[in-house]
Amino acid sequence: MPDFILDVQGLETTFKTPEGVIHAVNGVSFGLNESETLGVVGESGCGKSVTMLSVLSLIASPPGKVIEGKALFSGQDLLKMQKEEIRRVRGAQIGMIFQDPMTSLNPVLTIGRQLEEPLMLHIGMTKQQARDRAAELLTTVGIPNAKDRLKDYPHQYSGGMRQRVMIAMALACTPQILIADEPTTALDVTIQAQIMDLVKRLRDELGMAIIWITHDLGVVAGLAQRVLVMYGGFIIEEAPVKELFANPSHPYTIGLLGSLPRVDEKERGKLYSIEGSPPVLYQKPNACPFAPRCRWAMERCWKENPVLEPVAPEHRIACWVDTKTGRPR
Amino acid sequence: MSSNNDVLLRVEDLVMHFPIYRGVIQRQVGAVRAVDGISFDVKRGETLGLVGESGCGKSTTGRAILQLYKPTAGQVHFEGVDLIHLKGENMRQMRRKMQMIFQDPYASLNPRMTVEQIVGEPLMVHSAATGKEIQERVAHLLEVVNLNPAFASRYPHEFSGGQRQRIGVARALALQPSFIICDEPISALDVSIQAQVVNLLEELQQQFNLTYLFIAHDLSMVRHISTRVAVMYLGVIMELADRDELYTHPLHPYTQALLSAVPIPDPVADAMRKRTILEGDVPSPANPPSGCRFRTRCPIAEAKCAESRPEFREVKPGHFVACFFAERFL
Repeated sequence: MPDFILDVQGLETTFKTPEGVIHAVNGVSFGLNESETLGVVGESGCGKSVTMLSVLSLIASPPGKVIEGKALFSGQDLLKMQKEEIRRVRGAQIGMIFQDPMTSLNPVLTIGRQLEEPLMLHIGMTKQQARDRAAELLTTVGIPNAKDRLKDYPHQYSGGMRQRVMIAMALACTPQILIADEPTTALDVTIQAQIMDLVKRLRDELGMAIIWITHDLGVVAGLAQRVLVMYGGFIIEEAPVKELFANPSHPYTIGLLGSLPRVDEKERGKLYSIEGSPPVLYQKPNACPFAPRCRWAMERCWKENPVLEPVAPEHRIACWVDTKTGRPR
Repeated sequence: MSSNNDVLLRVEDLVMHFPIYRGVIQRQVGAVRAVDGISFDVKRGETLGLVGESGCGKSTTGRAILQLYKPTAGQVHFEGVDLIHLKGENMRQMRRKMQMIFQDPYASLNPRMTVEQIVGEPLMVHSAATGKEIQERVAHLLEVVNLNPAFASRYPHEFSGGQRQRIGVARALALQPSFIICDEPISALDVSIQAQVVNLLEELQQQFNLTYLFIAHDLSMVRHISTRVAVMYLGVIMELADRDELYTHPLHPYTQALLSAVPIPDPVADAMRKRTILEGDVPSPANPPSGCRFRTRCPIAEAKCAESRPEFREVKPGHFVACFFAERFL
């Protein structure tokens, strides 16, 4: 087994709701290689965000609970850590960026104050060192007049600039891993392009590993080296990015790619659509969660949940059917 | 723009400013220039895509056309009738022909009304049907949008996002309109559901000979569904052309940058593309730049662009551009 810098095994997370217990993550295992960019794709409710929040112990409990699994980071299980220990990992060794930069920033503190805090807390810089480093960080993420802008409050920044601040904050302590949860979803395309450009540049300069969570397959295609596709709290396909787009093999991935029109589209046919909608799982499924929407579903799919199995080198899918022949694999 | 029978909707120099009031006596100190002089036609049976980034005025345009806002200036002609000066009963009659589908299927359906009441309401308001007939019409409409008519007595919260959007579509169809404004009808939906709704809209267009104004920020989806496409920036239309012409030969620097920023779900094609990354952010519509609105972010702007606003002109047959230098890209 290769040495992963983050090795997640058998992760399961549930949420208690008045309607019953929702099984959000149902046994997710994956590894992250050093300086690799891993894309995690799926629709809302597929468990992609909950997986990462679980790894970082950021699930509010109750109602949420990580009931099973390990998350090994440099040999230590993040899920077994005490509050104080995990707090030292978060921010210092694993940085995070979230979707909505406005709600992730404190509106009553200046940008400078919010950038300096982790530096003093995690690295033990003095006030003055932290201030200089904060200005340096803002410059790195492309904010002009960094020194002056440290005194501004979040509302004085535009959406794209706030996301740049979030990135600066996540990078403040030069983490080994950056976890980005839909960081460009709330932004316009031209601003999204700016942010993705910035992330690519920083990745190459700093050599950190990135986990990029998104519902946008286009973003993944341009950024990731390897991709996990999630559905119903499971990883249902895993492949290097080129392989995934050239040779999607799980019926869900095939459907998802087929349902996307392309900006460079030449013919205009009917879009391939996946009927029905994603499931809310009140029980841990004992059949394939995609079976109700799958056009290839066979008897076995309704009885047994498939596990990830290789279809090509480094390419694994959780499916009983060979979609090329329509017969069992 | 020639006048012929094909034109269902004609918008001329439409302006929509929202006043800004300040101080104790609420004096007007300025205006948000949401839409600032735009002209275009929508032909019968076509889908005109209206794209742009948030705050560019595309939704305001849709609302001003339907007279949900009273336009500050300009003209809107629907089937040759001037909507802006239409009043009372005459306006009410026109409204039957123009409907709207909204972005957020969670906010645009009244949670206290059943599906039957929601879809039947336009019929009642316009006295298009009564009693038992409403029930029958609603059941038929639900079938048309691929929903089970047995669901008519349910409430919106019992449906998924995609199903709710279908209810919104059924409501828009109730009065058999000829023109529907789709205001970001799929942006709140999951990827796998978006295709379902778009396919439905396309089928309905065929079936009922509908004309759409399709407002969206998703350029890929707009390319898929539109006949012609207009690109807006800061309250102004920058470029308008046939779908394939616009996407393969964009003449405005903004359209070019916008298209190059859209991620393509194909790592090989994506890596081969040339990207123009725009710097900075969209200026505030309360205080737009002089001259060309795009000049502050434009890679080819010159002094002239700050002095006067480039005319929205036909550079090639059917291809309109508001840029002094459009010929460079011909």
